[in-house]
Amino acid sequence: MGSRDPVIVGIGWSDYPVAPKLDSKDHHVLAFRRALADCGIEKSEIDGYLCASGFSQNVDDAANMAEYLQINHRWIDGTSVGGSSFEFFVQHAAAAIKARQCDVVLVTYGSDMLSRVGRMLGTSTFSTAGTRVPGASQYENCWGNVLAGGYAMAARRHMHEFGTTPEQLAEIAVGVREFAGLNPLAQYRDPITVDDVLNSRMIADPLHKLDCCVISDGGGAFIMTTKERARDLAKPPVYILGAAGAQTHWTISQMPDFTTTAAAQCGPEALGQAGVRPEDVDTIQIYDSFTITVLMLLEDMGFCKKGEGGQFVETGVLRRGGAQPLNTDGGGLSACHPGMRGIFLINEAVRQLRGEGGEAQVPGCEVAVACGSGGYLSCIGTVVLGKEGRS
Amino acid sequence: MSIEALRETLPLRALPEPDNASRHYWQSAAEGRLVIQRCTSCGVHQFYPRAMCVSCGGDTEWVEASGRGTLHTFTIIRQNRSPAFAALSPYAVGIVELDEGVRMMSNIVECDEEQLEVGMALEVLLLQAADDVGLPFWRPAGG
Repeated sequence: MGSRDPVIVGIGWSDYPVAPKLDSKDHHVLAFRRALADCGIEKSEIDGYLCASGFSQNVDDAANMAEYLQINHRWIDGTSVGGSSFEFFVQHAAAAIKARQCDVVLVTYGSDMLSRVGRMLGTSTFSTAGTRVPGASQYENCWGNVLAGGYAMAARRHMHEFGTTPEQLAEIAVGVREFAGLNPLAQYRDPITVDDVLNSRMIADPLHKLDCCVISDGGGAFIMTTKERARDLAKPPVYILGAAGAQTHWTISQMPDFTTTAAAQCGPEALGQAGVRPEDVDTIQIYDSFTITVLMLLEDMGFCKKGEGGQFVETGVLRRGGAQPLNTDGGGLSACHPGMRGIFLINEAVRQLRGEGGEAQVPGCEVAVACGSGGYLSCIGTVVLGKEGRS
Repeated sequence: MSIEALRETLPLRALPEPDNASRHYWQSAAEGRLVIQRCTSCGVHQFYPRAMCVSCGGDTEWVEASGRGTLHTFTIIRQNRSPAFAALSPYAVGIVELDEGVRMMSNIVECDEEQLEVGMALEVLLLQAADDVGLPFWRPAGG
C-alpha cells in the first residue's frame, strides 16, 4: 500500500486489577508513559489525541485530558459510545492519519472504578428514589433494570430462538479463565469448570455471576502513526487492516433484534477491508462484558452462523491451543474490567501480533480481530490488525 | 404481589422526568390511558415518543393502544445494589411487544417466576405514581 498506512507502534497499561493509590488521571498518565517508552516516540511528536469520557464526565473527557497531559494536538476526537469507543477510535484515527490530518495519535484511558465506586456497574440502577430521570433512561430506570439484566434479556431471547444453553455460555467463561491463569495481573486466576459457572449465584436469569465480567481499576494507552514514521521505532509496527463501527440502538429496550448486534454490519465490513475471511483470523479479542456478548459478536462477525454460536464455542476452537484463541489476557470475565474495556482488546491483539504473549502466545499469530461492544450491545466496533500490511 | 403491595413500591422508584415528547404519554398513563404515537404520513407506530416519526421524519399523532401484548424476552433481577430496588428483589423485568408492534420495558407482575415464558399473552396495568406520571405494568392476560 503506501507510506501513510496507519499502524500501532506503542502500547501501555497502567496497573490493574486493584490500584487504590491511583486516581483515574494517574491511570491515564501511567499507561501513556509506558506506551511512550514502548515505542520510543517523543511526546512532542504527538499531534492527535483521542479520549472517551467515562463515568467521570467533565473530568477526564478529551479536552480536559488533552490539557492535563498537555497534548498540543491539531486533531482531536472524543467519541464516547461506551466500552467500544477505542475500536471506533482506531477507525477514526486511521482515516485521519491517511488524510494527513495528523501524524502521531495518542489514545489514553484510565479508571479507578473499583477503588472509587465499587462493584456497582452491572448491578445498580444508578438512580435513587424520589429523583426524576431524564432522556431515554426515563423509560427504563423506573423498572429497576440493571446492566446485567439487559444482557440477560438478550441471552434469554437467544436461548428461546436457537436453543442456546447455559452450559454453552459457561464454556466461554471457562476458556477465558484458562488464559487468566497465565496472566499474573488477572483478577481471578484459578481454573473453573462449567459446573462452577452454573453453580455460581444467579445475578439476572439466565446469567450467573461467572457469566459476568469483573469490576476492576485499570488503564491503557496506544500510539498510532504511519508506516513510514514507524521504521526506526523500537518495536515492529502492527498494521490496521480494517476498522468499522455501527450502532443499532443505545438503551436496551430499543434493541431492534435481541439476538443480532451491529457487528453483523461492521464485522464483515472490517474483515472485507482487510481482505480476510473469519477462518484466517489467528486470535479473537472480544469485549466479554458477559458470556452472551461473546457468543453474539462471534455469530454476527461471521465466525459461525447465526444461532450456532453455542455449538461453535463447544468445539474448543477458542480455547488455549485451539485454532482461534479468545481473549488471551484473561478478558473482562477474569482479568480486568475498569468500566470501558475496549482498549485492552487492542493492546492484547498488538501484544499477540508482536509475539510478546509469553505463555499465552498464539503460535504463528499474524491476523487478530478486536471487537468491542458499547452500551447494551449497542455500538459495536470491529478492528482487524495484522503483523504485515496489506499487499 | 398484590396491587396494593405494588402501589407501595411506587415511591421507591426513580420516576421519569417528562419532556416535550413524553409529557402526554406519562400524563395519559396517570389518567388510566396507554397512548403511543402513530405517524400521520406512513402510519407506523413508535415507542418511545419522539418529536417526529423515526421511520420517515413525518408528524405523529397520539392513539390509544389496545393494552395487549406478548412477552418478547425477560429476566429476573436478583441483585440490585440501589437501595430502592434492593428491597424489591427478586423481580421480573421484561420487554413487552404490544399488539401495535412497538416494544417497551416494564415489570411483569401478578405472575410467578415459573409461569414466565417468552411469548405469553400480557395485558397492561396502569398505576398512577405522581400527578404527572402513570406507570404501565404488565400482567398475564385475563388474570
